[in-house]
Amino acid sequence: MSSETGKILTTDGIPLEVSLKKAERKNKIKAFLLVAPLLLFLLITYIFPIGDMLMRSVDDKMVTEMLPKTFKSMEKWDGNEMPPEEVFEAFYLDFQKLVEEKRDGKLSTQLNYTKNGFKSILKKLRRKAKNFEEGNYKDQIMAVHKRWADVEYWRAIKRRAPAFTSAKYLKGMDMYKNEEGEIVSVEEDRRIHRVLWLRTLEIAFFVTLLCFLMAYPIAHLLATLPMKYSNLLMICVLLPFWTSLLVRTASWMILLQQQGVVNDFFVMIGLVADDNRPEMMYNKTGTYVAMTQILLPFMVLPLYSVMKTISPSLMRAGKSLGGTPFVTFWKVYFPLTIPGIGAGCLLVFILAIGYYITPALVGGASGTLISNQIAFHMKSTLDWSFASAMGLMLLAGVLAIYWVYNKLVGIDNIKLG
Amino acid sequence: MSKNQEFVKFDKVDKSYDGKVLVVKDLNLDIAEGEFITMLGPSGSGKTTCLMMLAGFETPTNGEIFLDKNPISNIPPHKRGIGMVFQNYALFPHMTVYENLAFPLKVRKINKDDIDKKVDKALSMVSLSGFENRMPGQLSGGQQQRVAVARALVFDPQVVLMDEPLGALDKNLRESMQYEIKHIHENIGVTVVYVTHDQSEALTMSNRIAVFNDGKVQQLSSPDKLYEEPVNSFVAEFIGENNTFAGEVTNFQKDQCKVKLSNGSEIIANPISVNSNGEKTTVSLRPERALINTTNKMDNNFKGKIEEVIYHGDHTRVRIDLLGNKEFILKVPNSSANMDIKMGNEINVSWNSHDARALDPK
Repeated sequence: MSSETGKILTTDGIPLEVSLKKAERKNKIKAFLLVAPLLLFLLITYIFPIGDMLMRSVDDKMVTEMLPKTFKSMEKWDGNEMPPEEVFEAFYLDFQKLVEEKRDGKLSTQLNYTKNGFKSILKKLRRKAKNFEEGNYKDQIMAVHKRWADVEYWRAIKRRAPAFTSAKYLKGMDMYKNEEGEIVSVEEDRRIHRVLWLRTLEIAFFVTLLCFLMAYPIAHLLATLPMKYSNLLMICVLLPFWTSLLVRTASWMILLQQQGVVNDFFVMIGLVADDNRPEMMYNKTGTYVAMTQILLPFMVLPLYSVMKTISPSLMRAGKSLGGTPFVTFWKVYFPLTIPGIGAGCLLVFILAIGYYITPALVGGASGTLISNQIAFHMKSTLDWSFASAMGLMLLAGVLAIYWVYNKLVGIDNIKLG
Repeated sequence: MSKNQEFVKFDKVDKSYDGKVLVVKDLNLDIAEGEFITMLGPSGSGKTTCLMMLAGFETPTNGEIFLDKNPISNIPPHKRGIGMVFQNYALFPHMTVYENLAFPLKVRKINKDDIDKKVDKALSMVSLSGFENRMPGQLSGGQQQRVAVARALVFDPQVVLMDEPLGALDKNLRESMQYEIKHIHENIGVTVVYVTHDQSEALTMSNRIAVFNDGKVQQLSSPDKLYEEPVNSFVAEFIGENNTFAGEVTNFQKDQCKVKLSNGSEIIANPISVNSNGEKTTVSLRPERALINTTNKMDNNFKGKIEEVIYHGDHTRVRIDLLGNKEFILKVPNSSANMDIKMGNEINVSWNSHDARALDPK
């Protein structure tokens, strides 16, 4: 025994730890090589693009690079009064360079995001700048348009100096940094994102609740019925699950529209008048109905897999000990299904909060969610940095929910099957 | 006050699950108050179904079950006040031992102090004091078993049902639990209905045993009677070891008959379920009732050839080819007098005709 050194040696005298590492190195390399293709695939198609996309939400280098001299000269300017001549000169030189490279359009778009009104005065400046004389650029530029003599516009330019910005995130919450650098909310009638966030949370919450209320009995039946019935029921649950999301949403459109199957049925049984058919689509109702149906299997399956493991003799034991069926259910059965409830609710809520296709197709104006807004900015306004900022906010929200859930229930208690 | 002899009464109970096959046929069974009765039988014999009907999880298709003279078919399980120990214990895995035991008391709205006292008492009864805060998952199989027993008894039920409660335990633990349950029964005098397919368990524990087969009670009697005096060949086969001879009754008398075997020889037997000459019969003889090379005077004496010898330490099992039966088993005590037991030797086998019971043909 090598008790003096405290190290255990193998029969050949090599320390055990070293020997063990050597013996396992080959396996480790093998294991790594096996997962390497997947790792590479994920890196190239997933992690890198998403990381790049997320960087755009804070990246503001574009303007920084377009006006390098201006920002350098602005460093000394305190922003209270009109900037000194050297700033004007630097701005003129930067701008002329952009015009030569035909990049001035981009600058005007970017500056216009910061403050409305830049587009026209930059256009005017481009026309007039051709005839500028050397020296005293301050007066010449201020003469182009009265806004060029307004200190607010120069402050707006200075605000774009940092290479990174939180403006997109603030915009996502209907807030912005005002001229004094304070974070304030936009006017009441222009707050569209907050409404969307709240609506997204509301719809996700109620869809989760509806799914839970409907899935619990189904899952219970699935777990307790004899094999031949439960298999049939299982197929009923899984068949829509396997059907394309688009097909299912389209079928809901056929069912829910004003001249659709459901309305026809209501008219037939005399529930509503023929000329007064309720609108069940292109509003929240449509979103609720379609999303609940589509997300139902995600609630049923975790619940089912947990309920399947609960021995029926537990319920019998509860009853034989004197518990009424309800007490036995509530004290014995229900607590044992909590891991499944947690998994199902978390899954459905997270899926619902980022749902896109269904609300886009059946949601109309009042039933669209934050994801539709993200898509709108990706495809229509091409403000990708704003879209990625909102995407990251959504991701952060989901992670926050996950964290809260972990604190409350414990993530180990989750059972997905 | 005299004990109620019909504390639990099955009265002409039939049970069918599918409307085609009767799982329990015309069951009549009286269980006395304070009795330990075991339903013993092979799987599918209807014993568990009977237990489930008594517990209220199955309803009789026909007939009625009475508990202390009250019909109970329409009373739901939770109002019957019958404790039950399940095959896999059915402890609530999310509750501590204390909460498991307190469950039947809480639903009965018993106040906290009394609950504590009763749980304490029940736990000390199964020698598990101090385990209140453990979860069932932290206990060994035997401990879980004892918690299950304590939980079934903690609310002082009139009857306790046990559905193969020791099936999942290893042999040593099973035996010690058998004694423990027996002692608990003796101490508190509760009526126990116990279901098992293990005959030695049934013989050890019960006051009376009901042997089930094919939906019917084949024999209901005390363990010793069941072993010594089986009334039909199923019981004789099912309980303990058994040597059989198939034959035909030739010389029928009231307390003795001759049975002619297929190889032509005749043996003298004790007529149990045969009444006249010419009837087919199966003669049953316990291995320990047949002796070899004995000097005692017995009325059946035959020669057999030793086919196989299996050493068991305290005794030796000998398989003999006797009267055409190649599976005739003998148990020979390990003593110096029996040293000439060797394979191939001829040997004298004798028994009393009283121990050879002529039963129904198989």
